[in-house]
Amino acid sequence: MTATTELVEFDDAVARFDPVVGLEVHVELSTRTKMFCGCEHSFAAPPNSQVCPVCLGLPGALPVLNGAAVESAVRIGLALNCEIAPYGRFARKNYFYPDMPKNFQTSQYDEPIAHDGWLDVELDDGEVVRVGIERAHMEEDTGKSTHVGGSTGRIHGAEYSLVDYNRAGIPLIEIVTRPVLGTGPRVAEVARAYVATLRDLLRSLGVSEVRMERGNLRCDANVSLRPSPDAPLGTRTETKNVNSLRSVERAVRYEVQRQAALLTAGGTVTQETRHWHEDTGVTTSGRPKSDADDYRYFPEPDLVPVEPDAEWVESLRASLPEPPAARHRRLQGEWGLADAEMRDVVNAGALDLVEATVAAGAAPAAARKWWMGELSRRAKADGVELGDLAVTPGQVAELQGLVDSGRLTDSLARQVLDGVLAGEGAPEQVATARGLEVVSDDSALGDAVDRAIAANPDVAAKVRDGKVQAAGALIGAVMKEMRGQADAARVRELVLERLGA
Amino acid sequence: MSTSRDLTRLGAAQMAEEMAAGDVSSVELVEAALARIDAVDGSAEAGVHAFLHVAADEALAVARSVDEARAAGEPLPALAGVPVAVKDVVATRGMPTTVGSRILEGWVPPYDATLVERLRAARTPLLGKTNMDEFAMGSSTEHSAYGPTRNPWDLERIPGGSGGGSAAAVAAYEAPLAVGTDTGGSIRQPAAVTGTVGVKPTYGGVSRYGLVALASSLDQAGPCARSVLDAALLHAAMGGHDPRDSTSLAGRAPDVVAAARDGATGDLAGVRVGLVRELGGEGYQAGVQARFAEAVDVLREAGAEVVEVSAPHFRYALAAYYLILPSEASSNLAKFDAMRYGLRVGDGDPQATAEAVMSATREAGFGDEVKRRIVLGTYALSAGYYDAYYGSAQKVRTLVQRDFAAAFERADVLVSPTAPTTAFRFGDKLDDPMAMYLNDVATIPANLAGVPGMSLPSGLADEDGLPAGIQLLAPAQADDRLYRVGAALEARLLDRWGGPLLDRAPALGSFPRRDLTTTGAPA
Repeated sequence: MTATTELVEFDDAVARFDPVVGLEVHVELSTRTKMFCGCEHSFAAPPNSQVCPVCLGLPGALPVLNGAAVESAVRIGLALNCEIAPYGRFARKNYFYPDMPKNFQTSQYDEPIAHDGWLDVELDDGEVVRVGIERAHMEEDTGKSTHVGGSTGRIHGAEYSLVDYNRAGIPLIEIVTRPVLGTGPRVAEVARAYVATLRDLLRSLGVSEVRMERGNLRCDANVSLRPSPDAPLGTRTETKNVNSLRSVERAVRYEVQRQAALLTAGGTVTQETRHWHEDTGVTTSGRPKSDADDYRYFPEPDLVPVEPDAEWVESLRASLPEPPAARHRRLQGEWGLADAEMRDVVNAGALDLVEATVAAGAAPAAARKWWMGELSRRAKADGVELGDLAVTPGQVAELQGLVDSGRLTDSLARQVLDGVLAGEGAPEQVATARGLEVVSDDSALGDAVDRAIAANPDVAAKVRDGKVQAAGALIGAVMKEMRGQADAARVRELVLERLGA
Repeated sequence: MSTSRDLTRLGAAQMAEEMAAGDVSSVELVEAALARIDAVDGSAEAGVHAFLHVAADEALAVARSVDEARAAGEPLPALAGVPVAVKDVVATRGMPTTVGSRILEGWVPPYDATLVERLRAARTPLLGKTNMDEFAMGSSTEHSAYGPTRNPWDLERIPGGSGGGSAAAVAAYEAPLAVGTDTGGSIRQPAAVTGTVGVKPTYGGVSRYGLVALASSLDQAGPCARSVLDAALLHAAMGGHDPRDSTSLAGRAPDVVAAARDGATGDLAGVRVGLVRELGGEGYQAGVQARFAEAVDVLREAGAEVVEVSAPHFRYALAAYYLILPSEASSNLAKFDAMRYGLRVGDGDPQATAEAVMSATREAGFGDEVKRRIVLGTYALSAGYYDAYYGSAQKVRTLVQRDFAAAFERADVLVSPTAPTTAFRFGDKLDDPMAMYLNDVATIPANLAGVPGMSLPSGLADEDGLPAGIQLLAPAQADDRLYRVGAALEARLLDRWGGPLLDRAPALGSFPRRDLTTTGAPA
C-alpha cells in the first residue's frame, strides 16, 4: 500500500463506471430528555453532568422509553412517506465500545418503526431525483471519547482517553436509503442534495437542531462502483461521520475517484469503513466491515413492545407541516422572487427570517434585501448565524417601515440598525435616541440652504441663470451639513425656491 | 416487659402487632436480630454465613426513629420497625452490593432499587445483604465468591440457591423477613430446602429497577418468610407499579395480605387444585413425594377439589430456560468491564491495553459458573445459531405459556413438589452442572410463563428428616390466590404438626463472626 492513492479524474471515473450511493443519516432528536431516562441533554453541558444510573448503565438500572422520541420518529417516518409499523420491539445490539456504558446499544433491528418510504430531492437545475427510504429506526447515542496526547486525536498514539457520557442515551433516528441508482455523473451532487433536503425536512418538523457541525446530523456515505447499470452492485465502502454538506459531496466524489483508480488498475475494493479528512479532502481506511458482523441481536427484554395507535398516527399525519419543497415554491410565487434569489435565501437559512419579516409588514423584496444584504454581511463579519443576530424579523420590518414613511433614508436606517444590534432597543427608540431621523423642519433646512448659497455664489448664479442641474452641488452641501438627516427632495425644492429658478 | 422471651422467634406480623401494642420496641427487635446474627452467622469458614454485609448502625438508627415516631403517635406503615434482610443482588444506596461476585467487590451503589426505596418508606430497618450464588447462577449458594451459606437444618448441607442467604437468614431466625429474587426458582427452591415460605410474584409484580440483572425476562423479586402472612406483608410493602420499570404491571395489585388472612380459616371449598402430572414421579425423592401426597390430601380435607392436569411442554422448559437465561445474561453481564466500577485487574502495567485489563479482570472476577453461562449465551445468540437455539427456546416458552393457560382452564391453582430432593450435601453436584440445573425443573416453568409461584413447607422427608416443599402456582396477576390457598394449607398443616416445622430444626451452636471491612468486603 502506498500512502497516497492515484486518483482517476471524476469525469473519467463516472464515464467508465456506474456509481451507486447509499446514505445512512443519524439524527439527534431535540427531545427534552434522553431516549431511556429522564436526563436532560444540551450541547456544551460540562462533561458527565447530565447522567444518571440508567444512561450510565449502572448495574440494576432499567430503561424506560421516551414517548416524545417515539412521536418524533413517527412524524419523521410519515414525512418520509414511510409505512409506520403497528408493532415493534427494541433489540440489543451487543458489541464493545469504550463509550457505550452497557456494552450493548438499545436499537431497533428487524422491526424499525418506519420503513419503505421515499424523499424527492430537487437538484440545482430543477431536476428531481426520488430517493428510496429503506427504513428509519430509533436508537440511543453513545458517549463521546476524547483521546488526549496523540497527534491525530485518534486513540492510537494517545496517552489517555476521556469519556463524556452526556451524549450517551440521546435519542437518535437512523434513516437509511435504498441504493440510489442511475445518478451517473451527478452522484455526489445527489448525495449532497439528499442530505440538504432531509435536513430542511427535519428542521421543518422541529424534531432536531440538525446542526451538522454539532453532530446533530451525521452522515455515513456508502459508495460502490459497477461496470454498467446492468451489473450487480459492486463492493462498497462506508465513509463515516461526514459532517457538512460540502463534505458529503467531496467525500462521495473522492470515493468514486479512488475506487475507479483501484478497479482500473485491476485491483479490488475492500469492504470497510473509511474516515473522511476535511483538511486534506481524502478518505482513509478504517476497520474492515463484513456483512456478518455478529452483534448477537435479540429482543430487548427490559422494554415492552412499541405499539403506535393507528388513530394517533393518523392525527400526526394530519398535523405534518407543509413539506419544505412545496413551501419554497409557494413562497417564491407569493414573493415574486427569481429562482436564484430564492435559492440564495434558502441556502442562507434565511427563509424563516424573511417570511417572518414579510409577515410583520415588510415588502418581500425589502425583507429579502435586508437579510441577504446588510444582515448577512454583518453575520459573516461577526462569525455568527444569521438567526443569531440580535435583531428580530419584527424589528427589521419596523426599520423598513421607517424608510418607507420617509423618516429614515437607507443610510440612516443602517445607522439605526447599528443601535439595534448593540442592544439599544427597537428601531424607533434608537432613531429617537441617536437623533437620526430625517429633518423636515423647513426653518432648519432653510437656514442650511441659505448658508450653502452664501458659501457657493458661483453655483447659485448658474442656477439663477436657469442651469437647474447645477443645484445638485448645493443640495449635496446641505445634505453634508445635515449629516444625511435631510429629505433630499425637500432640500431641492427649497434651493430652487430661494434662487427663484 | 419480659426479657426472657426470644424475640427472634416472632414472625413479622406478630412483631408489628406487639410494637403497636407497646409490648416491644423496634430497637429491641433489631438488637435481638443483630445478636442472633452475631451468634450464628459466623463466616465463610463456619456458621450459617447468610450475610455478606451487616448494616447494624443503619438498622438501629431506623429502629430508633420508628420507636420515636410511634411514641409521638405518628401513623406508621404496617411493617414499620420490622427488620428485613435483602439479597445482595439488590442495589442499596450506601450499602455494598456485590451480587456474590468478586467483580463487584466493594461496589457501593449511588442509588436504591425501587423495592429498597419502598422498604425504606415502609420504615423497615434493613439488617444487611444476604449471600447468594454469584450473579444468581446456581441452586446451592456454593457458587458465591465469598463462600457458601449453610443450611440451618444441617450445616453440612446446602441452603438452596441462588437465594440461599435469604432463606437461611429467615430459617436461622436471623431475620423475620428477607427479600429474594427468583429467575428459575431461586426463592422457592431455597424455601423448600430450609422449611420456609418463599414467593415468586407475577412477573412485573415487584419492580426490577435496581436488581442487578441476571436474565431480564425471567428475574422477579419476592419475599422469604416463615409464614404465608408474613410473606404477604413483605410482598405488599415492596410490590406495585413502578414507572421506572417498563415491564412493571400497571393497575392495582391484588391484596395479598387480605388473601392470606382470609385463607387462614382453612376453608378451601369450591377451589379446584390441579396436580401437574409432569412435575413428579421419576427423579423425585420418595420422602418429598410422600409429604407432597399428604399435603394434597390436606387440601382435599379443606374442601378443595383435586384434578390432574397435564402440561406436556414442561419437559422442554429446562432446556429452553438454559438457553434463554445465558443468552440474556451474556448481554447483561457485558457491562462488567473493569472500566467504571468494581474490580480492576492488570492496569499496573502502563503498556496494558484496555482489552488486556478487561480480560484479566473478568478472568479474576467471574467464577466458573458465570463464565460457563456467558460462553453458552454468547454462542446461543451468535449469527447462524440464533434460530436453532434462542429462537427455538422462545417457541418453547410460548408452548409452556399455553400449557399453563390450558391447565388454568381446569384448575384455580396448580401444585407440585417444589424441588425434587431435600437439601443435598456440599459438593455433591458441584462438578455436575446438569444435576444442579435439574433442581429447578419444577420451578422454571413459572418463570418462563411469568406466573406467580409459592413454596411452603410440606413436612420432613422420612429418609433424612429434612424439609420438603410444596409449590403452588396461579395464573398471572392472581397472586392473591396463592396466598389464600397457601394460608389455608399452612393452617391445617400446623394443626397436624402441632406447631411450626422450623421448631424441629436442631439448635445452632455459636460461631465467631469476623468483622466486615468498611468497604463491605465480606469475611
